[in-house]
Amino acid sequence: MLSRIAESLFWIGRYVERADNTARLLDVHLNVLLEDPWVDEPSANASILSVMNIPHEDQVNRDDVLRKLAFDVGSSASIAGTLTAARENARRAREVISTEVWEALNTTRMGLPRWTRASRPHEYFVWVRERAAIVWGLSSATTSRDDAWHFMELGRSLERADMIARLLMTRNLEGTTGPNWTTLLRTCSAHEAYLRTVRALVTEERAAEFLLIDRLFPRSIAYNLDRAETILTEIEGSESNRVLAGRARLALGRARTNLEYSPVRDILDDLVPQMHEVQRACSTASDLIRDRYFLPAATVAWNQEAL
Amino acid sequence: MTDDVASTPWTGYAPSAAWDEAMDVDGRIREPYARVYAEIDRMSGDDLVSRAEALANTYLAQGVTFDHAGEERPFPLDIVPRVIGGDEWDIISPGVSQRVKALEAFLADVYGSQHCVTDGIVPRRLIATSPHFYRKVAGVEPANGVRVHVSGIDLVRDQHGIWRVLEDNVRVPSGVSYVLSNRRAMSQMFPEMFGAMGIRPVLEYSRRLRASLAKSAPEGVDDPTIVVLTPGVYNSAYYEHSLLARTMGVELVEGRDLETTNGRVYMRTTAGRRRVDVIYRRVDDDYLDPVAFRSDSALGAPGLVTAARLGNVTIANAIGNGVADDKLMYTYMPDLIRYYLGEEPILPNVDTWRLEEADAREEVLDRLDELVVKPVDGAGGKGVTIGPRASKDELAQVRDQILRDPRGWIAQPVVQLSTVPTLTDDGLEPRHVDLRPFAINDGEDVWVLPGGLTRVALARGQLIVNSSQGGGSKDTWVLGGVRHRGSSQAPPESRIELSGMTSVPQAAHPEDNIAGQQAQQQQQQRTQGSEPC
Repeated sequence: MLSRIAESLFWIGRYVERADNTARLLDVHLNVLLEDPWVDEPSANASILSVMNIPHEDQVNRDDVLRKLAFDVGSSASIAGTLTAARENARRAREVISTEVWEALNTTRMGLPRWTRASRPHEYFVWVRERAAIVWGLSSATTSRDDAWHFMELGRSLERADMIARLLMTRNLEGTTGPNWTTLLRTCSAHEAYLRTVRALVTEERAAEFLLIDRLFPRSIAYNLDRAETILTEIEGSESNRVLAGRARLALGRARTNLEYSPVRDILDDLVPQMHEVQRACSTASDLIRDRYFLPAATVAWNQEAL
Repeated sequence: MTDDVASTPWTGYAPSAAWDEAMDVDGRIREPYARVYAEIDRMSGDDLVSRAEALANTYLAQGVTFDHAGEERPFPLDIVPRVIGGDEWDIISPGVSQRVKALEAFLADVYGSQHCVTDGIVPRRLIATSPHFYRKVAGVEPANGVRVHVSGIDLVRDQHGIWRVLEDNVRVPSGVSYVLSNRRAMSQMFPEMFGAMGIRPVLEYSRRLRASLAKSAPEGVDDPTIVVLTPGVYNSAYYEHSLLARTMGVELVEGRDLETTNGRVYMRTTAGRRRVDVIYRRVDDDYLDPVAFRSDSALGAPGLVTAARLGNVTIANAIGNGVADDKLMYTYMPDLIRYYLGEEPILPNVDTWRLEEADAREEVLDRLDELVVKPVDGAGGKGVTIGPRASKDELAQVRDQILRDPRGWIAQPVVQLSTVPTLTDDGLEPRHVDLRPFAINDGEDVWVLPGGLTRVALARGQLIVNSSQGGGSKDTWVLGGVRHRGSSQAPPESRIELSGMTSVPQAAHPEDNIAGQQAQQQQQQRTQGSEPC
């Protein structure tokens, strides 16, 4: 597979997953603002922007949050921006991805202008999640399990681990009590799975454990880190230059085992730094993957003097 | 049909001065169009418009677009197909194929021993002054002798209904992807007609192209790696490049994906370098290799030309083909066909004045207001001046240009391109069209894609059909391909096979309603039990 195409596929995976999770996260956030009577809305808004690593003032109003995270087409942190970028990447990799997936991404982008300034953001978020589900469903049904699939899956699992870590950080938002664990579980579509697995009412530790390290649920952090490691092994196959890919696996594995072998209580007490750690691991792995499989811009430039 | 009271989309349709392909001057429908006419006649005007809108929407959803002034637009496809009778195609197809063979022979000659010059068919000056003649590739023998792997020969039909060649394209002719996607969209829109009319299929194009590229691989390569080289996602024909790569099942590469080492070309993949044997390039000569041509080009790969010279990679179409398809060389084509093939040209040229010749120039300058003047080297309808439509100033400007650079211009009489009914804001109206059939040369035979790209000028009376000038396209149906479906019974052998086949039942969850008797019984009991109450 061409490096350039692999990079596009990797980013389609990341972008679509990011759009999906951003929609979930914003949905919860708006819900919390509605339900929490003592909420300090401007600080809560500011702190959700810091969770997403967007520069901001101390006090932020709701429209700003929606603009920056939902509607700004030019930002790689907003839903509209990531879905547009996913489509552009798909256009570049058009001959590799299936027609169905391409059309799903293309019509998604075409549908975006309909939602700007929507009166009911909730409907927009539901639509985004549906579109993401359509893209994943179609790509899972129409893609050979070769490198094309692996790179998209790799991007998707890295992004999902990263975004769930960010979502859990909202538990400790400034200016509000934050969403409760039941809401967080629901946001990850995990509430029913939790009830079936744990067979008990939602307690903080059990819920956190479920979202952090459950081995079977596809929206737990450890599950996705593990998945990314497995895919890296599959991509690498029996090839010679394993160093960089190995280091990417190392970063992911360390983050995963840290979650798996630490007492849940410790992680909960130290939630924000721990979640930062997960995000850093994902970003390190992403950089190493880029260096290993997608050429850095420097080697592409052609220097006439060299001839 | 003239007595019809009810209004149909055809009401008010009347051919203009040009040859109308659907209707003759007395208002009779020409035979190939009978079925299309009847089908549209049954619809209301709104019906037709809503189908046309549906068509545009599918194109937007599929991303069938072209870049116009930096904006991505759906490629305009008209709802009324253009129909070409089987008998007409029997002239066009061999005519195009003959033309391609002559072009191929001419290129081999130009970059070889130049017999055509020594025999006095073509002046040496003409070749030497061509901006597309590259000494760098002189003496390069392509692997299977093919330089024109893909060509597009532009045809028009004049006011007497005669097909003429307007232009040859043997560099990187584009538009074939629109033929393929137009067909897909139209067959969904008019399934009834497709069943009944016996339209020749176009889908095999990609397979043919791939096969011919594979045949052109350097000697000794059994299973060649083929790539399509595109300038990138912002090129106006990017859609086409990706469609061809996808339907051929090969990689679509950009210049930066390629590297050359020791005269061999490689592409950069996630699994390291991979050798490339055949490059179907959609990048112009000038940009192909910064070492050999424009050093500022970021679209090609340095060293490609050397690799091609060494015979380690095949570049299709070959570099330097442009010498054969400029509009001045075009005027020599009939002579070249006679010279190389010993045949009379099947498709005539449009009469053309070579402005280099003093007599011709004088005559043209006298009649500038009734002629069409074109740049020798132009594409996309740029720089074309149509005498009867031009202002005094424009004509004066053209006169200056001709006097300054007579090698750069040709003049032709105004050809009234034939018209085909086209859906406009005012209903169906005749609009001018041309036709670009595509030909693939695999070294043994030249295959002409049945149909080709019909471009239509959407403005009334407009004679320039290029999509960059606001033109649209039509699906082109060539009749007489397959036997008419439904008219005859299936051949006996297929029936025998069918009767010998037994079917395997489809399983279902035994407790579901659809699963059969047991479930039915339960249901009956339930309804029986509930009814008496």
